[in-house]
Amino acid sequence: MNEKLPMNMIEVQGLTKLFGQFTAVDHVSFQVKKGEIFGFLGPNGAGKTTVMRMLCTLLRPTEGSASVAGFDIRKQPGRVREHIGLVAEKIILYDQLTAAENLTLFGRLNNLPEKEIGQEIDKWLGRLHMERWRNNQVGTFSTGMKQRINIARALLHHPDVLVLDEPTLGLDPQTTRAIHEFISELSQEEITVLLTTHDMNEADSLSHEIAIIDQARIVAIDTPRNLKRLVSDGDNRVMDIEVANLSEAMLSSLKKMDIIASVVETEPYSLRIRTKGENAAGAIVGAIASQGGQIRAINTMEPNLEDVFLHFTGREMRDVSTGKVASTQGRTWRKRSSRVR
Amino acid sequence: MLQRIKKAIVHSYRLGVKDLLVFARDRLRLVTFVIMPIFMMVMTGYVFPNQNVLKNAPLGVVNLDQGPLGAQIILGLNQASPGQGEKLLKLTYLKDEAEADQEIKDQEINGAIVIPADFSSKIAAGQQATITTITDQSNPQISLMISGTLDKLMSDISNQMATKKVETLIPGVADPQGVINPFVVETKGIIPGNPNYFEFMAPGIMAMVIMMAAMIGLAGSVSRERELGTMDGILSAPISRLSVVVGKSFALGVRGLLQAALTLILAVLLFGVVVHGNLGIVILLLILTVFSFIGIGLIISAVSSDQETAMTIMMTVMFPMMFLSGAFFPVQQMPMVLQWISKVIPLTYSVEALRKCIVLGTGLSGMTTEVWVMLAFGAVFLAIAIPVFSRVTTR
Repeated sequence: MNEKLPMNMIEVQGLTKLFGQFTAVDHVSFQVKKGEIFGFLGPNGAGKTTVMRMLCTLLRPTEGSASVAGFDIRKQPGRVREHIGLVAEKIILYDQLTAAENLTLFGRLNNLPEKEIGQEIDKWLGRLHMERWRNNQVGTFSTGMKQRINIARALLHHPDVLVLDEPTLGLDPQTTRAIHEFISELSQEEITVLLTTHDMNEADSLSHEIAIIDQARIVAIDTPRNLKRLVSDGDNRVMDIEVANLSEAMLSSLKKMDIIASVVETEPYSLRIRTKGENAAGAIVGAIASQGGQIRAINTMEPNLEDVFLHFTGREMRDVSTGKVASTQGRTWRKRSSRVR
Repeated sequence: MLQRIKKAIVHSYRLGVKDLLVFARDRLRLVTFVIMPIFMMVMTGYVFPNQNVLKNAPLGVVNLDQGPLGAQIILGLNQASPGQGEKLLKLTYLKDEAEADQEIKDQEINGAIVIPADFSSKIAAGQQATITTITDQSNPQISLMISGTLDKLMSDISNQMATKKVETLIPGVADPQGVINPFVVETKGIIPGNPNYFEFMAPGIMAMVIMMAAMIGLAGSVSRERELGTMDGILSAPISRLSVVVGKSFALGVRGLLQAALTLILAVLLFGVVVHGNLGIVILLLILTVFSFIGIGLIISAVSSDQETAMTIMMTVMFPMMFLSGAFFPVQQMPMVLQWISKVIPLTYSVEALRKCIVLGTGLSGMTTEVWVMLAFGAVFLAIAIPVFSRVTTR
């Protein structure tokens, strides 16, 4: 069957989803090649999960089309389901069943032949270092342990596409690192991974390609390197400046400068500045010094995806996900989404 | 095609078994599963007046009579017994009617009887005498029983007097009763023995307990899994939506059957209900009751976003059903509109069929309508539940 599969494992064209008046996803298009890790980066409520749910046939698109493993999500949802493994935000395991019972159940529901189930359970539990907990009830596990079993469950039936919706949310750093390594290994085994995250480092380190999604729209798609090059290439630079006696006046005068694309106060007395144009550093230092500012440190930074997000949306992602206004929006959206589930 | 049907059945079975396993390992749910029917049976069984037995009902007596007849009546009241050496009435002797009124107001007594001063003398003079009973309107049920008992006592006593009179008026009469009461009415049931009130109640209570158990179980079934997120796992697997619905129904059916057996055992052990009909038919009817509710329950559970909403809707649907089904009150005494509504409630048919079987010993042939109606209800609602479920699970 694998030979018949197309080059692009996921093909999305103008996908749109409305919940009443609310546009959750607005004409989103992208392609994912086989064996690629495709990252969906955006703040909470940007529409990432809605895209995932549509691709998993758990939501019906309002407009547009998409295919997974060559099957149309509208016309052949049954075939699509055969080719996906889903790790959603909520852990899909029954607390009252043991790890093995959970895996057996979902293996069977995914039509995995009876004789293969045992082998597959051994294999995945082994790879995720969970063999010891095979016959323990999932309810007794920590979140990290549950998530490992949950990932094993999604992989048991050899899906071509693994959908991971915020797989490391709320996990300890150690489990997070283990899961990151594991995800990288999977892509070497030709499993296509669709990764949703609002963790910039996760998206950066894992993804071959990243789509930045904000307010229901994709604002940029490219490799992490290319995306970062956009903000730090040629005349563009990112730098951190620490000013001991930073004042409002200094900040506003900096914002007015032509060579400065954006200024963000990342910490007290610490600024992250994106610049464009030649010798920006000199001009900035001059401007601060002329107002009596005492520069404690100045560093040219490797740009990260935060800078990229800022570049495309004009806002900091942190603002959106933790800021007051934005988080209320996020909450109302969550309510809607829980109703439609 | 055949392959697909086979798969759908296997998937349904797996999902059903999973539900039962999850349920069986959840200790709290298991406890409520057993406690609920016991609690409901005991509560409804004892709260509703289970037999026409009144004992030690407090009654005030105002005897103003100087003659012997007043004392004779009081003796009769004092000796009245519901059987087993118990006393029917607890008499309180009062001095006048005003005191009796006050005692009733204070709820010290549930009624009073006033024998007038001229009672004996009037009767001796061959006149009609009057005894007044004062009832407690705040407690109609007990006053009704007391006045019923008093009526019977009074007529017994006046009958005795009449007999004596007839004997003196017509010397050598063969049967004085033939003169006083030319005919009597005899009541006869079609089953031996005297069914107690609980036998009327038991079928209704059993049907109701089964309904509540099934509906409450259902309220949790879909919305619970949706809240937990496990529903996503099931729905993103390549299985038919039908399997999900059938699997749920299967698990709930098994649970319903267990609960049905439990209620039946409780009814027999706790309340001495005698099943006059076939035990198999009773079980079958209880399963049918569960079946007739699964569709409705699934629809409610699927359209509600969370368990709380599901439970609220479930309760709103259940309460009118309980009261309109004739489980507690005969349908015939309801206004026409309510009688019509009761006709479209599956519980009505369940109660009716169970009552026929348990109390009257009717066989299956005597309840074909009820059985068909329940089957039809179940089938129709299940048929509606499947598309509704598919729609609300993938918007």
